[in-house]
Amino acid sequence: MGLIKDAFHRMGSPRFFYHGSSLWVRGLYVGGGLGLLVGSFWGLVLAPPDKYQGHSFRIMYMHVPSAHLAEMVYFACAVAGFVYLVWRMKMADVFITAAAPVGAILTMLALASGILWGMPTWGTGWVWDMRTTSVLVLLFLFFGLMALRQAIPRPDRAAYSVSILALVGVINIPIIKYSVDWFATLHQPASITLASEPTIETSMLWPLLLNAIGLYVFIAGVILAAMRLEVLKREHATEWVRAISKSR
Amino acid sequence: MGNFGVQFRRDLLIAIRGRTETANPVAFFVLALSLFVFAVGTDSETLPRVAPGVVWVVALFVAMLSTENLFHRDYDDGSLELMLLHNRPLFLGVLGKLLAHWCVSGLPVAILSPLAAVFINAPPEIIVTLVGTLLLGTPVLTLIGGIGAALTAGLGRGGLLLAVLVMPLYIPVLIFGSGACYRILDGAVATGPMLWLTALLAGSITLAPFAIGAALKGSQEY
Repeated sequence: MGLIKDAFHRMGSPRFFYHGSSLWVRGLYVGGGLGLLVGSFWGLVLAPPDKYQGHSFRIMYMHVPSAHLAEMVYFACAVAGFVYLVWRMKMADVFITAAAPVGAILTMLALASGILWGMPTWGTGWVWDMRTTSVLVLLFLFFGLMALRQAIPRPDRAAYSVSILALVGVINIPIIKYSVDWFATLHQPASITLASEPTIETSMLWPLLLNAIGLYVFIAGVILAAMRLEVLKREHATEWVRAISKSR
Repeated sequence: MGNFGVQFRRDLLIAIRGRTETANPVAFFVLALSLFVFAVGTDSETLPRVAPGVVWVVALFVAMLSTENLFHRDYDDGSLELMLLHNRPLFLGVLGKLLAHWCVSGLPVAILSPLAAVFINAPPEIIVTLVGTLLLGTPVLTLIGGIGAALTAGLGRGGLLLAVLVMPLYIPVLIFGSGACYRILDGAVATGPMLWLTALLAGSITLAPFAIGAALKGSQEY
């Protein structure tokens, strides 16, 4: 317990965070990249074509992980917002700053791949059902987080206000998650749940899981790298950042 | 209930004494509706079909544009700070302020909406549903808009920032509000969307004032 508490406090310090995370970024990039490479090759080449959708279902290997990650990144932002409001940890705000653009890009990927997948299978690129609409709202929420931070000149008020906004917007996450169960949507319900047997063939499931885990790890690396950059920007006047810039 | 009553009375008095500000939401509502009619055309087939959606979108704009100035004057003259210092619990004070604001922005729109519906040739059978959804929905819009207004209080930024913050959260209200009217138009029952609107109202009354209070504190502390 003492060890965890110690690590928690250390990670709250920008300097310790910066020095402790450099190896992590490389590790996460390599691990995530490998997972994505193997998973994508397996899914795009080795997995059998779908009985009804033919080869078009293969876009699932990008669509599902990016949509899931987009949701999770927003949820993580809300948790960070809560942490900031309660404990005023600087690093929680650094996380939201770094993660919001990444989340926006993931949401755009999910929407774009969904449009491409919808064209051959649904016969239309876009339908205004609850799932697609709520994911579009998610994109605007990420934009809102970025816009609010840009608009507030004082960094401490910006951090505080963005944290509140992140917490308010989290109401959208259960709407996205359960939209396919609560409403009659064209979008199919989840095929993979923790509680029951997946309704997806095993030979198609494994590459999907590998891609999802690979993207989780890779995005963790991306956000960590962005956080390191943000720390350097914010602490640019301190002694230890100057020492780094001199040594390069 | 002291805070609630005092804040409500004060804000309502200020709003009523400044007559033009009170009249503006109503004027905007009617003007924006007629803009839609000019743009879509007075075709007797399309106009009744788009009417509920148009009324709802315009009501949403009224709510958004009027909440923009919800805390501005109080922020500038310092009475917002006094309110934050005095009101315990802050929750009730914020709620009273928002209710007063709704009485001069959302309520007139809901009351005027039957007239507006006739004005843009909406089918008469939807009018009751339209008023009902607006009565349930516009307070939600005011409460959500209040969060955005509190977050941007004192920043001196225009309404576009507020729109980006608040509009995504308005979408469910809009969907259920105009959805209920279209249910009636298609000959079905509107109970489902109406219950959803009621749920949204209950949820936002209980949660939004906390967020607004916290955001207002942020505007004073830093």
